[in-house]
Amino acid sequence: MIHSLFLINSSSDIFLEKHWKSVISRSVCDYFFEVQEKAGEAENVPPVIHAGHHYLINIYREKIFFVSVIQSEVPPLFVIEFLHHVAETFQDYFGECSESAIKDNVVIVYELLEEMLDNGFPLATESNILKELIKPPNILRSVVNSITGSCNVGETLPTGQLSTIPWRRAGVKYTNNEAYFDVVEEIDAILDKTGSVVFAEIQGVIDACVNLTGMPDLTLSFMNPRLLDDVSFHPCVRFKRWESERVLSFIPPDGNFRLLSYHVSAQNLVAIPIYVKQNISFFETGSSGRLDITVGPKQTMGKTVEAVFVTINMPKVVLSANLTATQGNYTYNPVTKTLVWDIGKLSQQKLPNLKGSLTLQCGAPKPEESPSLNIDLKIQQLAISGLKVNRLDMYGEKYKPFKGVKYVSKAGKFQCMAITIWLYIFTNKENSHLKC
Amino acid sequence: MCRIFSSSLVRDLSCNQLSSNNLREMLESTKESLKLEAMKRIVGLIARGKNASELFPAVVKNVASKNIELKKLVYVYLVRYAEEQQDLALLSISTFQRALKDPNQLIRASALRVLSSIRVPIIVPIMMLAIKEAATDLSPYVRKTAAHAIQKLYSLDADQKEQLIEVIEKLLKDKSTLVAGSVVMAFEEVCPDRIDLIHKNYRKLCNLLVDVEEWGQVVIISMLTRYARTQFISPWKESVVENNHEQAFYESDEEKLGTPQSKPYIMDPDHRLLLRNTKPLLQSRNTAVVMSVAQLYWHLAPKQEVGVITKSLVRLLRSHREVQYIVLQNIATMSIQQKGIFEPFMKSFYVRSTDPTHIKTLKLEILTNLANEANISTILREFQTYVKSQDKAFAAATIQAIGRCATNITDVTDTCLNGLVLLLSNRDETVVAESVVVIKKLLQTQPTQHSEIIKHMAKLFDNITVPMARASILWLIGEYCERVPKIAPDVLRKMAKTFTVEEDIVKLQTVNLAAKLYLTNSKQTKLLTQYILNLGKYDQSYDIRDRTRFIRQLIVPNEKSGALSKYARRILLASKPAPMLESTFKDRDRFQLGTLSHTINSKATGYLELSDWPTAAPDSSVRNVEVMEPEWVPSMGKTKPLKSDDKFYSDSGEEEGAGEEGTGSSSEDSSSSSSSSSSNEGKLDSESEDKNSKHSEETDSSQSDKSSGHSDKKKADKKKRLQLKKKAKKAAPKERYQMHRPPTHHPLTQELWNLRTFTPKMVSSPVFVPMSSHELLHRMTGKGLAAQYHFPRQPCIYGNKMVSVQLTLTNSSDHTLEDISIGEKTSSGQNIHRFSSIERLEPGASVTVSMGIDFNDSTQAANFQLCTKEDQFSVSIQPVVGELFLPVTMTEQDFRKEQGKLQGMNETSATITMAPENTSNQALSKKMVSVANMGVVPTGEDSLYRFAAKSVSSGDLVLVSVDLTDSSSGRLTINTEKTVIGSMLLRDLKTALAQP
Repeated sequence: MIHSLFLINSSSDIFLEKHWKSVISRSVCDYFFEVQEKAGEAENVPPVIHAGHHYLINIYREKIFFVSVIQSEVPPLFVIEFLHHVAETFQDYFGECSESAIKDNVVIVYELLEEMLDNGFPLATESNILKELIKPPNILRSVVNSITGSCNVGETLPTGQLSTIPWRRAGVKYTNNEAYFDVVEEIDAILDKTGSVVFAEIQGVIDACVNLTGMPDLTLSFMNPRLLDDVSFHPCVRFKRWESERVLSFIPPDGNFRLLSYHVSAQNLVAIPIYVKQNISFFETGSSGRLDITVGPKQTMGKTVEAVFVTINMPKVVLSANLTATQGNYTYNPVTKTLVWDIGKLSQQKLPNLKGSLTLQCGAPKPEESPSLNIDLKIQQLAISGLKVNRLDMYGEKYKPFKGVKYVSKAGKFQCMAITIWLYIFTNKENSHLKC
Repeated sequence: MCRIFSSSLVRDLSCNQLSSNNLREMLESTKESLKLEAMKRIVGLIARGKNASELFPAVVKNVASKNIELKKLVYVYLVRYAEEQQDLALLSISTFQRALKDPNQLIRASALRVLSSIRVPIIVPIMMLAIKEAATDLSPYVRKTAAHAIQKLYSLDADQKEQLIEVIEKLLKDKSTLVAGSVVMAFEEVCPDRIDLIHKNYRKLCNLLVDVEEWGQVVIISMLTRYARTQFISPWKESVVENNHEQAFYESDEEKLGTPQSKPYIMDPDHRLLLRNTKPLLQSRNTAVVMSVAQLYWHLAPKQEVGVITKSLVRLLRSHREVQYIVLQNIATMSIQQKGIFEPFMKSFYVRSTDPTHIKTLKLEILTNLANEANISTILREFQTYVKSQDKAFAAATIQAIGRCATNITDVTDTCLNGLVLLLSNRDETVVAESVVVIKKLLQTQPTQHSEIIKHMAKLFDNITVPMARASILWLIGEYCERVPKIAPDVLRKMAKTFTVEEDIVKLQTVNLAAKLYLTNSKQTKLLTQYILNLGKYDQSYDIRDRTRFIRQLIVPNEKSGALSKYARRILLASKPAPMLESTFKDRDRFQLGTLSHTINSKATGYLELSDWPTAAPDSSVRNVEVMEPEWVPSMGKTKPLKSDDKFYSDSGEEEGAGEEGTGSSSEDSSSSSSSSSSNEGKLDSESEDKNSKHSEETDSSQSDKSSGHSDKKKADKKKRLQLKKKAKKAAPKERYQMHRPPTHHPLTQELWNLRTFTPKMVSSPVFVPMSSHELLHRMTGKGLAAQYHFPRQPCIYGNKMVSVQLTLTNSSDHTLEDISIGEKTSSGQNIHRFSSIERLEPGASVTVSMGIDFNDSTQAANFQLCTKEDQFSVSIQPVVGELFLPVTMTEQDFRKEQGKLQGMNETSATITMAPENTSNQALSKKMVSVANMGVVPTGEDSLYRFAAKSVSSGDLVLVSVDLTDSSSGRLTINTEKTVIGSMLLRDLKTALAQP
């Protein structure tokens, strides 16, 4: 399946290669470089590239291209999913998935890649199994190892590999038994210029951090499970129980994991927690423009909206911005043409406002499109969909664990379009006479 | 400059030389840590793609190192360079051969991995041998590695195919979820055409699927998709009828199946099984799994069921950029054929300004495919904003999309056309050019009454510089020159001036325009045309010279002119068919969705075609599994038996009798035991023995009565069975448990509790879990409610003293059953943990629940009542003695120590004779662990086997040892405080070993 893997940094250096079958020359990457050059920006590189007798399937993460070489038919998603898994494993092991981290730990990286694939087919990908086979680096252990001569590689097959619950290792022990669940919701929305909702939906995840001794069997139930429209589970969740009783029953992996991700459909009215009044206009003459933005809270159920950021990607002709903010600070980066307004907390009484003028490049035609606003925000202790965890029960172990649930709502892809009205030709049939 | 470069190169080389000498020294030192350090550096070199092959001799010496990390790094090196240094690589082979016999399964597995990765043709026979051996290893992990090794060996030497297929065939029968994915992968690579190997394993694979690891699921699903397309008939014809049938199918399948079907299409139950068992995987977190289920539904499900996949596919759009790309491509192909299923999710395909270009284009494609009369205004409004995007390539693609909408939906053609004309005054050239091209295509479809637009475009002509757009305008004017008689000659005049500096494509169209005008309006344009033709004659491009020559001959009459010039008018001014604006994804459906070939839109190496549905259904009985086969017991659908499987019917009938009888006799038991529960244990031994023998006799007679009506083959089967039973009557109930009971589904939840720790004895996971389940309540007796139970051999989560039992409740009636629970009244002395009441069970549905029963370490049946809202049914579960244990792992030393404590009256032993099949090491262990839930204790001696377990309720140790005196006989000893259990176990084991 996966024949070879090349890691390539942003300056087109191949800094790591690994082959699982016979060796493939790194010249195969020339096809990739060619496409990369054509695509311009890294994000625009197509994930699947046909390269002579090979196929290159690549992902781009943390400024690194993971380029895998494929020789024959394979579901492309299989490879993509696996590459992301590799990146996440590096993240998990080294704290970050960067070029320097990989270079510093090249031996561990190699050992990991060796375990993760056998003949190009995934062998051990569960993080806890890998961690038993190859221990993550830490300073204390490296000191101990250098003295005692013991090593980082496990000598026996991890128990998880053989069991039907490969995600949990046996013999876990904690003095403090804790289980924390974070319900994190992201609002994706597109608002039009008048502030009305074009599109809104909520994507949620429940991330868990479970440090429990032994082999606990947990059951998590919700007050309002019908709210969840579409769900996907960690493999530990018993699907049958969910289907019949709408509870999450599972033996948790040890440590951090994503238990559930869900979707709250657009049918349920999504409450948008803020409103935005905006006016960005460019004048025909004098190469300048005006900007006036007001942000205010709305439907937050008594919680405060925090960490509000407004980001605007300005048209290329905007040279500088001279604005005043009634709250927070703004910065304009003339190179990337991004205006960032850090508002902070929103209060009901005083609505933050950003107002002023924009200077445009002399002589350039005025931009035809007003830029759209991207908004970032955070609300603690509130799941915007109204989802509530009812209770968490534990079976199979005798101790009483400490349990906690935290709710956070965030803005996901939250866009305010600034549609300047473009001659309403498409909707207006009567007006079809032409001026020519 | 050149000198500097070369000198630095030399320095680099010498530096390399130096360090490689250093490394060699380090490797040859006696210090382990130095060696390790050297290997780490070498791996660093390999990772950076540097050549380290010269160190091969020094490295290969360390292959037998005790330090496991060092050894692993040497393995990495060896696999990388063995192909280059074949002779030296052979030195390491003996180490691996030794490691293949290691008691540690991880070492066995990694030795096989490396051995099979060394691409040296000379060791092919050794590999073959190793693979064959590993394929029968007790550890599923080693067997998995063997499956991977098959592919490696095949790619090294394709001549081994036949032998490898044999191994694949053997491994396909493996029922470990760990092996399933890997062996199917090997199958796909080595012999994807040997579909006959799948038949017998089809149902098992379907049922195991949920429990297989994610990567294996993808491979199995795609293989099963191909399989199903060859084995089942199309569910797509007469879909309405099928729909009705679906309902009937669920409600009361068996009754229906008895009466002759007048309906033209019946879905094969196996086909249904596949669809049903893959559906939960749509909820997987792994996007590849979701995609593969989606393509399975797309290619196999009846059209009206395909809708279930859309929500999950749309969910994947939240994932990484690369995932979105692939998913959108597949949706694009799907949305052409069935736009209905994606229409409700239209807004999910709206483009965001932050999307990369290729994602934007795909979303645009999908939106265009989804457009219909009802939603077109929304889509067009959305398109308006896209046209103004900063990304001009995307804006151009949007204009194309508008053009497509305009041709597909006639209502909006005019509106779109007008909108596009307005775009002609756009400042951006690419937008204008694209608009021109699209307008040209649109006008062609409706050439009447558009002279205004053509005039407008002619006016714009001077300002447009994009060649394609200029060419399009020229073509339009030429084509409709009679509608714009005044403008056309003027445009030609302008072109004559600039002809020499135009692009080729514009020149060609100018020549065309000139020719057309010459024919329609020769008075005004004769001179111009000749001027242009003269220019063309001396053009640099041969295409233009050719075209000019051709046109001149065609239109200008002269003495040499051929017959064609008569037809010049008809040739040049023929009405042309309008171009079709089609999706670029139109022909992608020739590839299976989700494949690489689909993504790149050309056939990738190794792509396996999805065959068309067969016209007549192939024999479905090939998938029936021989029930006598001892390898594994098939697990079929959890809801219903198979219509074609007549053996199944007779079996369940047979069981019905036995089950009822069991209930009867055990309820008698319980009434007596309630009065004197203290004397239970002593009594039980003899009593149950009697009962067992009674059972088998009666079953035998009932069987012989029935079998007379059945087919010959079956008769033979039965006879064989009868003989067997007569030979070993006492073992009869056991054998029946293993082989004749209708098996049930093996759900995800089943084996989840196998790793609990107990001190001081470590309870291990079961070595073997029998798949067979036993009838608890037959659907006839239970008025539609059927129940089966199964011992999952897991520590019970409800209490330490309980045996976990899994009940599968099936509603085979035609109405919903409500409030299924266990009644309050149970036999005394036994503690039962009830499952929580099931509120509703739909017809045809089934549910698996687990309960715990404390059998008090006796084989006395547990009696209880199964209640529904309306009825109560008395049922009983009688455990086999082997199920009252939990396996224990201990060392040989501990075993001896514990055995020493349990001497005298705690020891029972018997001489055994064994069937020749059981004498091998593995067969014996397998036999033992299948009879009783015991753990294997490693021993140093060849003819000595030890097993350890503890009783569930009291936690007393049960130690079993088999000492073979010669090949077919030996001594079986059991040491335990629970002497009653001990003697029962002894008897069971003895009979089991005597049987083949």
